[in-house]
Amino acid sequence: MTKFQFPESIRSRPVYGTLEPRPGKAHLMIADAEGAEALLDLATREARLFAQGHIIYIPKTTGETYTQRLRDLGPAQFHVGPTYEASVPRIRRVLSDAHMGLQVYLAGTEGLMGQAQNEAMQAGIPHSAIQTEHRGSVARRMQCVHCKGITEDVVTDPFVCSHCGLNLFVRDHYSRRLAAFQGVCIDAEDPGNLPDPVELYT
Amino acid sequence: MTIQFNTETFRDDYSFRNSDWAIKRFPFPFHEDSYMYSVNMEQHRGGPEGSVYEKRFDVDEHYVSEMQDRAIVLADDPLRCQSLPHMTLAGWDTLELIMVSKSEDYPDLFELHRDGNRWRWINKPMGIDHTFTFLDETTLPCGPLEYITRQAQGDYAVLDQRGDMLYMDAGMVTTQADWSLDFDIGMDFFEWHAPVPLAHEMGIFKRALKFLLNIQQGAPARRLNWTMTVNPLLDTSPENYHKWGIQKTSLTPENIGAKQHLRVELQTFYRLPRSNALLFPIRCYLIAFQDLVRIPKWGRRLHRVVRDLPDELATYKGFIANRPLMLDYLGRHDDGLPTSPGVWPDLDSEPPLQTQNDARSR
Repeated sequence: MTKFQFPESIRSRPVYGTLEPRPGKAHLMIADAEGAEALLDLATREARLFAQGHIIYIPKTTGETYTQRLRDLGPAQFHVGPTYEASVPRIRRVLSDAHMGLQVYLAGTEGLMGQAQNEAMQAGIPHSAIQTEHRGSVARRMQCVHCKGITEDVVTDPFVCSHCGLNLFVRDHYSRRLAAFQGVCIDAEDPGNLPDPVELYT
Repeated sequence: MTIQFNTETFRDDYSFRNSDWAIKRFPFPFHEDSYMYSVNMEQHRGGPEGSVYEKRFDVDEHYVSEMQDRAIVLADDPLRCQSLPHMTLAGWDTLELIMVSKSEDYPDLFELHRDGNRWRWINKPMGIDHTFTFLDETTLPCGPLEYITRQAQGDYAVLDQRGDMLYMDAGMVTTQADWSLDFDIGMDFFEWHAPVPLAHEMGIFKRALKFLLNIQQGAPARRLNWTMTVNPLLDTSPENYHKWGIQKTSLTPENIGAKQHLRVELQTFYRLPRSNALLFPIRCYLIAFQDLVRIPKWGRRLHRVVRDLPDELATYKGFIANRPLMLDYLGRHDDGLPTSPGVWPDLDSEPPLQTQNDARSR
């Protein structure tokens, strides 16, 4: 699958790179869905990383497509979680046990990478030291600036806040602390006058 | 002079009014007949007597009512005041700076009596007489930043400085021009300014950051910024935009003079002594168009600035849809005469508005 090239945007919008092997005593790899492909590509460049690797993988809609191939990389620990939320206690425990020399690799959707990056930052790892690679859906995790509720996997602009029901437009302004983009009421000045929702990046 | 504090509202019936005194001392932000972004920093070491620049933290006739409005906003949304855990010391620095400045600059309104860390703070306009222990949070009803900024006009961003970068790590934000502290807290200088158009490409933020990083204790700086607000609404927050946005569509040729306000921010910058943080007060002043055009020079100039502003800026500042209405109104207060340089009203030297009859008789 080819990687999606995000167009250039404002300074708060995250940019993602390509995972590369880095020397370290331990390697924590967290991925969802097509993010598995980034880990498989990483293995083609340095397969030995995985002997000290801990993979936490959330397949989402990809089901069994990648799980066996990831297992075949031979990671020291391999965990498949049903949702990101369900894997959070595990991620926190791993980060709290971590020592100097841990490398963190995140791959997949922006929501997964943003939330996992936030956990790592809270554990004291600077965000600039965490590698990320976007794969798969361009869906966004959005915070409603009005009610503060988070709507996951937003794929259209505008969209309806899953908490308060306001019609929100999708901004590129992004908060690492919230791991979310900002959604703002689109029809405040003309209630009910809504453009047709358009899929992001189409 | 003794300030007569207004009883007024910044919501619902909008009874906010500027006295003649407040109109003449309004911080008009345009020093020439056009506007473009600039860093436009100067030292904040006083200014002409009676001007908003004279004192370190200006107190005016709106003080008590603005503090009541802030209390309403905070009761509705406590997230408007936040401080990341490492910013408590900067909060104490802020409290000290404001208490010392106000008690020295307005001794008839504020008193600070210090006996070691045992401090007694008297705020006469708000009826507060409180003794507490400096640097001991348990002796205040809330954190030090919230405590003092519930008693000081304007928003306050407290910026931590680490590795040649400023971080928005604490603040009190209830009178903002459409930005969210809750969303932006923790961001670096370039990130929280990310949505501003054009200025990044112009290098404005790089130069501004360089300047701010070098601000020293005892040498504060200031600049002005501006936007437009329909109705004298202090809380133009993104949080409540779904409630107030509709008001922007309420302008008519009949009501624009009373409803449309120029909103000016007096931004100041102070290095804090213990935390080395940068305190960034953002003081909001509002003036109705009908009051502003009573200063002939300002009426002429505002018309020219609004008329010639690039569309991107009018869009960003949120008044592109109302610009034609604004120009109709302001155009009637611009006779085409030249204006004197600088921001001051120059009432003694600038001619009154020439009506069409005047023009014909000349």
